[in-house]
Amino acid sequence: MASVTLSEAEKVYIVHGVQEDLRVDGRGCEDYRCVEVETDVVSNTSGSARVKLGHTDILVGVKAEMGTPKLEKPNEGYLEFFVDCSASATPEFEGRGGDDLGTEIANTLYRIFNNKSSVDLKTLCISPREHCWVLYVDVLLLECGGNLFDAISIAVKAALFNTRVRVLEDEEGSKDIELSDDPYDCIRLSVENVPCIVTLCKIGYRHVVDATLQEEACSLASLLVSVTSKGVVTCMRKVGKGSLDPESIFEMMETGKRVGKVLHASLQSVVHKEESLGPKRQKVGFLG
Amino acid sequence: MAGLELLSDQGYRVDGRRAGELRKIQARMGVFAQADGSAYIEQGNTKALAVVYGPHEIRGSRARALPDRALVNCQYSSATFSTGERKRRPHGDRKSCEMGLQLRQTFEAAILTQLHPRSQIDIYVLQADGGTYAACVNAATLAVLDAGIPMRDFVCACSAGFVDGTALADLSHVEEAAGGPQLALALLPASGQIALLEMDARLHEDHLERVLEAAAQAARDVHTLLDRVVRQHVREASILLGD
Repeated sequence: MASVTLSEAEKVYIVHGVQEDLRVDGRGCEDYRCVEVETDVVSNTSGSARVKLGHTDILVGVKAEMGTPKLEKPNEGYLEFFVDCSASATPEFEGRGGDDLGTEIANTLYRIFNNKSSVDLKTLCISPREHCWVLYVDVLLLECGGNLFDAISIAVKAALFNTRVRVLEDEEGSKDIELSDDPYDCIRLSVENVPCIVTLCKIGYRHVVDATLQEEACSLASLLVSVTSKGVVTCMRKVGKGSLDPESIFEMMETGKRVGKVLHASLQSVVHKEESLGPKRQKVGFLG
Repeated sequence: MAGLELLSDQGYRVDGRRAGELRKIQARMGVFAQADGSAYIEQGNTKALAVVYGPHEIRGSRARALPDRALVNCQYSSATFSTGERKRRPHGDRKSCEMGLQLRQTFEAAILTQLHPRSQIDIYVLQADGGTYAACVNAATLAVLDAGIPMRDFVCACSAGFVDGTALADLSHVEEAAGGPQLALALLPASGQIALLEMDARLHEDHLERVLEAAAQAARDVHTLLDRVVRQHVREASILLGD
């Protein structure tokens, strides 16, 4: 991951500040930086979203294609994740340099979506055992300013909310599949239970939410908790080269659940508000 | 598409433009704070993002260092969701490598490489709708200017084609896919020097001059726009600094 080099004095400054619940930019330990979310930024995708969390910039595009259902789940469609760490985030990602991080993030996304309740995959089925919709979720990492997993999960949720898949009509008994006549006739996915990842970094004796690159350099271990809007934990993972006390893990999980619920509530209100502006709203994208 | 007229009898193209008209261009410099220079450009539906890091020390093997000038390194990648059909690999395929080499050739002609040990330029295309090379070069010019790397001149690029005896400037995806001759031109406007010239498909040499002139004029129009964007950016920056 992109990293900064800090001197010992800077690290001590950050650690002491965190003990007093005061971080370098004035936030408390459980505060997120200002998040900007915009959906429908890329026009030839089924759904897209851009998230800017401090200096972290993520762009997600969802493309729906027809495919064959998996053998063990003939009545469902499925999601495929691909994460591209572009060289614009840091020159170390040039060529194949960003592949390791990309695979790690993609595997985490597969794990958090690997349960029955996150996305209702039955809505993606066209005809059982023969055709289904496959949603290719492509994540593009443009700038890395710390806290990648959180930003990516927020962007994926916003993009899935924005995804519109055309409705297909197939006549009974025939193999023909036709698009319905109305071009605005679409399936929308329900993202009520899509989880978001909250990363908690252990710095000194306390843990912080939404760490910047400098704070990540001071932390030895972090806990990734994937939380739904109801506070249900779908996946949990410890990352980092240090070790964590079992009690800290429980504390961090409780903080993750609490912070996750608030995050979901804000995200829901923002994407609904954006949608209520209608298709004629001014799209800002990278020009704003 | 059968029966698709690229140029109607009244002289209008598929998207309603005239033969020498450019698509709408919007650009912004300084999109990312952490990179040394960055820029974003939208030409019609084609959106390109360019990020510049440098000049910095040679990464990797020191043997690649040139004793008298900087090394310009370009990477072109296009997002998997950018084209109509999903692309499997963002970069590393032949087209991306070739585009990277072309960009490198273009910018080695423009950047004053004698002044610095090393630069690296990474270019990213978000969505493609024709004119990819031109949008990338224009975005990269703005990004290199944003990074403060000295250049001989702006590098402005445009594509051109030839249909029914008329030269068309700034081809869109539909016009490129129709399979006629296409010319890509990168120009240094002040001196009129050409940094890169590439042509695909057959074109009679009698028509070459007209097509070249159409592309050059379009590139000069792009230069006017880019110049305006840069001045606006500098004005905003100086207002923020309180000068």
